[in-house]
Amino acid sequence: MSEESKVDCGRRRLIIATAVVGGAGAAAAVVPFVSSMLPSERAKAAGAPVEVDVSNLAPGQMITVEWRGKPVWIFNRSQEMLDTLAKLDQSVADPKSDGKQQPDYCKNPTRSIKPNLLVAVGICTHLGCSPTSKFKQGAEEGMPADWLGGFICPCHGSTFDFAGRVFRNKPAPSNLEVPPHTYLSATRILIGEDRKGV
Amino acid sequence: MASNSGYDKYKSDGSLQGNLLEWFDARFPATSLWRGHLAEYYAPKNFNFWYFFGSLAIVVLAIQIITGIFLVMFYKPDASLNANGVPVAFASVEYIMRDVNWGWLIRYMHSTGASAFFVVVYLHMFRGMLYGSYRKPRELIWVFGMLIFLVLMAEAFMGYLLPWGQMSFWGAQVIVNLFSAIPFIGEPLSIWIRGDYVIGDATLNRFFSFHVIAVPLALLGLVAAHIMALHEVGSNNPDGIEIKKNVDAKGIPLDGIPFHPYYTVKDIVGVVAFLIVFFAVVLFAPEGGGYFLEYNNFFPADPLKTPPHIAPVWYFTPFYSILRAIVWPIFGLEAKFWGVVAMGASVVVIAFLPWLDRSPVKSIRYRGPIYKSFLTAFVIAFLALGYFGTQPPSPVGEVVSQICTLIYFAFFLLMPWYSKIDKCKPEPERVTFK
Repeated sequence: MSEESKVDCGRRRLIIATAVVGGAGAAAAVVPFVSSMLPSERAKAAGAPVEVDVSNLAPGQMITVEWRGKPVWIFNRSQEMLDTLAKLDQSVADPKSDGKQQPDYCKNPTRSIKPNLLVAVGICTHLGCSPTSKFKQGAEEGMPADWLGGFICPCHGSTFDFAGRVFRNKPAPSNLEVPPHTYLSATRILIGEDRKGV
Repeated sequence: MASNSGYDKYKSDGSLQGNLLEWFDARFPATSLWRGHLAEYYAPKNFNFWYFFGSLAIVVLAIQIITGIFLVMFYKPDASLNANGVPVAFASVEYIMRDVNWGWLIRYMHSTGASAFFVVVYLHMFRGMLYGSYRKPRELIWVFGMLIFLVLMAEAFMGYLLPWGQMSFWGAQVIVNLFSAIPFIGEPLSIWIRGDYVIGDATLNRFFSFHVIAVPLALLGLVAAHIMALHEVGSNNPDGIEIKKNVDAKGIPLDGIPFHPYYTVKDIVGVVAFLIVFFAVVLFAPEGGGYFLEYNNFFPADPLKTPPHIAPVWYFTPFYSILRAIVWPIFGLEAKFWGVVAMGASVVVIAFLPWLDRSPVKSIRYRGPIYKSFLTAFVIAFLALGYFGTQPPSPVGEVVSQICTLIYFAFFLLMPWYSKIDKCKPEPERVTFK
């Protein structure tokens, strides 16, 4: 037997043990660095609810407020707008809001607590752009002639009706999210909490 | 004394200069680096126009690093609002443009340099496809090159967030959300990338860190690996034949000439021509018609309002079109996921060219009509995808993008078959040279 082919089993075991311990140490050292990139304690704390006064919101008008860095729409739909919803049940992907995009108290035909007032996160469920309002019926605002009004996402063309329900065969996989919210009084809404209110 | 690289160490002629060089060379592989990579690196003598783009890529890299160092002296990665209600990062870019001496020039060189980098790299890659430069034994050069391309895309994407304009913000929003399409881990992964639930100050700061430190380091390492692998096997040429097959008594290729001075001088001509075009853009059209700097990016980032039309910068649009072309859910997974898969695959598949191409010849000069037709269709599809990626979504654009996506993948995935059955012309024994 030649000198080179002799294996010192004790040394080999030591090499394996050293490699394993060293590898475990290297893996452990990665943890603080990877973890530092997660949202910080400050970022986690910055999700306070937002209070909005809707007394001046006329029918057909919409305002946008910021909650957790996202646009939240508060949209006072006119009766004419609400009437389009039932006609679109066949054209939207999730007509009955079976997806988990809204709290249970908004799983209804208008996707809202009060039928006229829609509260929705104005972020397309595809890749996070904010859809644009196309409230006028027909082709007036560059939409197809049979358009009944709603929203279109400028990024990839997903369309939504007046209840934030996504139309079929569009890139967005689900309806717009309805955030938890509560009516503190008839005209004041608290966005971000489902406390029992009025 | 011979070094372990095979080159003789420098011998002094007795002069002071010679003695110094001998002392230095005994302690550092100066002679062997100089000879192995420049003075005695034999490159084929028949390089043409297409061979400018490798050295031009290095020139652009140097421009980006030098201008980048100076921009970092004045730029502030801070999304908070200043006393005027403008994000600090956005205001610091305006400060560079308006108040820093020559700041506009340095910044326009950097922003134009980003587009120039992709122009040069796309042409460099296309050269490789024309002449089969990725074929054996150059597979690793191609793979390193593809890694450079990937890293370059990451570098450009993260750099684009820094001015904190509307396109910066919403572009990053869309691209980071792509990761959320991955089943199960997608949502936590995208939060980890952003460092927040939305694109914000945390995202801006980490993208700045990656853009100026981590990614350039990776880029430099990969460029070194790319060139080392190239110099190990030697350059391909427009005839796609190996010059090392015909060597003289000393083992020097008969059709090879030393890289220095022959190609260093030739490349300087290319650099001068390039810089004329580059500075014409920097000085007269730095916005590149809205393609190099998008007009919406002159508005500060507004998390509540997406601009009416958002599109990535031109160099990402072919891949972006492929993402948009996939609109059907498959196997119960949503279309968004498959769009991301198709977009990822469209980049990754290029890296497999060395193994997809089964042609007996390397160069387009000796390829048959089938390959030439497929390559033409591929180029047209790539340009069409690029064009529609800059346009707002439309029914026509969607159908054309879908057809072009099909052509794009057919070019690669059918290649093992059509490259084999094609009727090729015989390759010459020696390179063609007038």
